[in-house]
Amino acid sequence: MSSVFFKVVESTRSAAHSVRAHGFRSFLTTLGIIIGVASVIAVVSVVQGLSSSITSQFDDMGTNVVSINAFTPLKERLQGKVAKLTYRDFLEIQYKVPGISHITPTVAATGPNGVVQYKGESTATRVVGTGSSYQSLYGVFPETGRFFNINDDKSRRRVAVLGDSIIDKLEIKGAVVGQYIMIGGEWFKVIGVLEKRGKLFGFDQDDFILLPYTTTRALLGGAEEPDISISLQVDNANQLDSIKQHIQNLLRRNHNLSKEAADDFKISTAEQMLETVNSITSSTTMVLSGVVGISLLVGGIGIMNIMLVSVTERTREIGIQKALGATRVDILLQFLIEAVFLCLLGGLIGLAIGYGIGALVSNLIDLPSAEVPMWAVMLSFGFSAGVGLLFGIIPAAKAANLDPIDALRYE
Amino acid sequence: MMSDIFQEKKVIAPIISLKNIARLYKMGNQAFYALNNFNLDIQYNDFVAITGQSGSGKSTLMNILGCLDYPTSGEYKLKERDVAKLDETTLAGIRNLEIGFIFQSFNLLPRSSALQNVMQPLIYRGMPIKERRIKAELALTRVGLKDRIDHLPNQLSGGQRQRVAIARALVTEPAILLADEPTGNLDSATTMEIMALFDELHQDGQTLIIVTHEQEIADRCQRVIRLTDGCLVADSLNPQIEQHYKEQQLIKESANV
Ligand SMILES: Nc1ncnc2c1ncn2[C@@H]1O[C@H](COP(=O)(O)OP(=O)(O)OP(=O)(O)O)[C@@H](O)[C@H]1O
Ligand SMILES: [Mg+2]
Repeated sequence: MSSVFFKVVESTRSAAHSVRAHGFRSFLTTLGIIIGVASVIAVVSVVQGLSSSITSQFDDMGTNVVSINAFTPLKERLQGKVAKLTYRDFLEIQYKVPGISHITPTVAATGPNGVVQYKGESTATRVVGTGSSYQSLYGVFPETGRFFNINDDKSRRRVAVLGDSIIDKLEIKGAVVGQYIMIGGEWFKVIGVLEKRGKLFGFDQDDFILLPYTTTRALLGGAEEPDISISLQVDNANQLDSIKQHIQNLLRRNHNLSKEAADDFKISTAEQMLETVNSITSSTTMVLSGVVGISLLVGGIGIMNIMLVSVTERTREIGIQKALGATRVDILLQFLIEAVFLCLLGGLIGLAIGYGIGALVSNLIDLPSAEVPMWAVMLSFGFSAGVGLLFGIIPAAKAANLDPIDALRYE
Repeated sequence: MMSDIFQEKKVIAPIISLKNIARLYKMGNQAFYALNNFNLDIQYNDFVAITGQSGSGKSTLMNILGCLDYPTSGEYKLKERDVAKLDETTLAGIRNLEIGFIFQSFNLLPRSSALQNVMQPLIYRGMPIKERRIKAELALTRVGLKDRIDHLPNQLSGGQRQRVAIARALVTEPAILLADEPTGNLDSATTMEIMALFDELHQDGQTLIIVTHEQEIADRCQRVIRLTDGCLVADSLNPQIEQHYKEQQLIKESANV
């Protein structure tokens, strides 16, 4: 056992010596591995950053949250029909479905109502009408001032809660709360500013304004009933499925859907959405890993090729070593460890480069700082070493099996 | 006194004993005996010169003596151990422990320093690096290269390279030192230096076997043997062999005439 250890140590020493003696060639040899590992690490760090930031979005929402949106099946859409959720749907759910709390409708103000003005500054943003439950449902709370309450909603007060970015966009100076902004030609009093959430994929998550639902509804006018979405929280997570069922039945009845007709709405939970996102990121990771795996394989073949050349080139040296008493195992181990050593070196350089690229990309698309998980690092190193072993074995066996006299005579 | 030592030497078994050794080279459908019916005993602390024309089988013999090659048939006893039938790994061990090989073309590892070259054989016996270094420095000092230990082979003269090779052969304290034309690539002054070194080693009790073309070198050895066409045709210890060979030649010639 200790003699094997001794041999490994000595072989590593000799591998390091040989790699140093052929510096540039060693670098070229491992380039395949470097590129392979660098891409694994870069890809994994970006995908991980992506999915962790998405996950944290959903975490804010809580797992008991259900959202309901209108959904027009393709067949209907081709017939020019557009499905809608109405305020009546909201009320029915609110009063007829037990076991829910924090239910709120949400409606988007469109057209001229999406334009905000303040002291000569004017900007387009998302203007959303919703209830006071919005804050606990989506986990967004005011940083300064307050959120609107039931009374604001009931009395259709013209109050607004701003996303943080609106302050900069409208160049509001001084205390924001208490100032007035104009939306769709009406004045609104700012009563609160929300916590900053930052950017995701370059998308500003603080660029919106929340108004009480009833106020927004009035702003939009009565010409046509708007399409709303409904968010609610289930009191007990165990009842989630039965409540979803209940809501489905209710809405189908409301919408007069025949037995065969598909739902014209979608009920989704945060958990479901999270699962979808996770399955997308994991399948992306898998496809990319496959590509990277192939590149590592190609890198391995490159290493084998150079190692074979190197064995031929060093035939005489091998003969000398054998004359001095090196056994087959000694030579085999020497070349095998040299291959593994090269690959691990490439893996290390690739790790550094990949980490750099990952950080750069994350920076460019405004992702949270790239985290390279330990398993990716281990996997890259394991794979590098594996490639070294796999593709080093043939050259090493070739070296070990050389006949000492033939090798000594080799010119 | 003298006769006492002589007596004792006779009792000790020879360090090398070759019996009926043959080495057959097959090339396509041609077969060729590079050594044939070869018998030779070498005693401890012998200093033997092997001479003979080019192609007479000297290197073939050295390779077998050095356990680099197997005889096709026959018995080779090294320190009373039959080595002709050992497997590769055991043979590698014997090369490492019992044999020091010196080549005409030095055969140093080109990318390793003089010191690393001399340390190399000690790796294969599992010696830790500190001990290796001490031993190798001693060996290099012995051959007069103390101030060149960090030089690469291509930074050394031919004579210095051969000294490194000798140090590398000596560092393992081998039972026999085999040198195949060690001075073939060196000028006569350097040749004499190397020979002086061999003399010194012989004085210290080393067993040496040297292949040479030069009569001068052969003359400095204790015992001279000669090969012709893979056969032993002369041995300074045993004049009958030459006598017998000459008689055979005469018979052949007369038969041809
Ligand atoms: N690998 C081989 N295959 C076939 N024949 C060989 C081989 N090695 C040596 N021979 C032949 O065996 C004979 C003896 O060769 P060897 O090298 O022992 O001669 P030598 O006495 O050392 O000659 P020199 O003084 O030129 O070195 C030669 O005729 C050579 O051609
Ligand atoms: Mg020869």
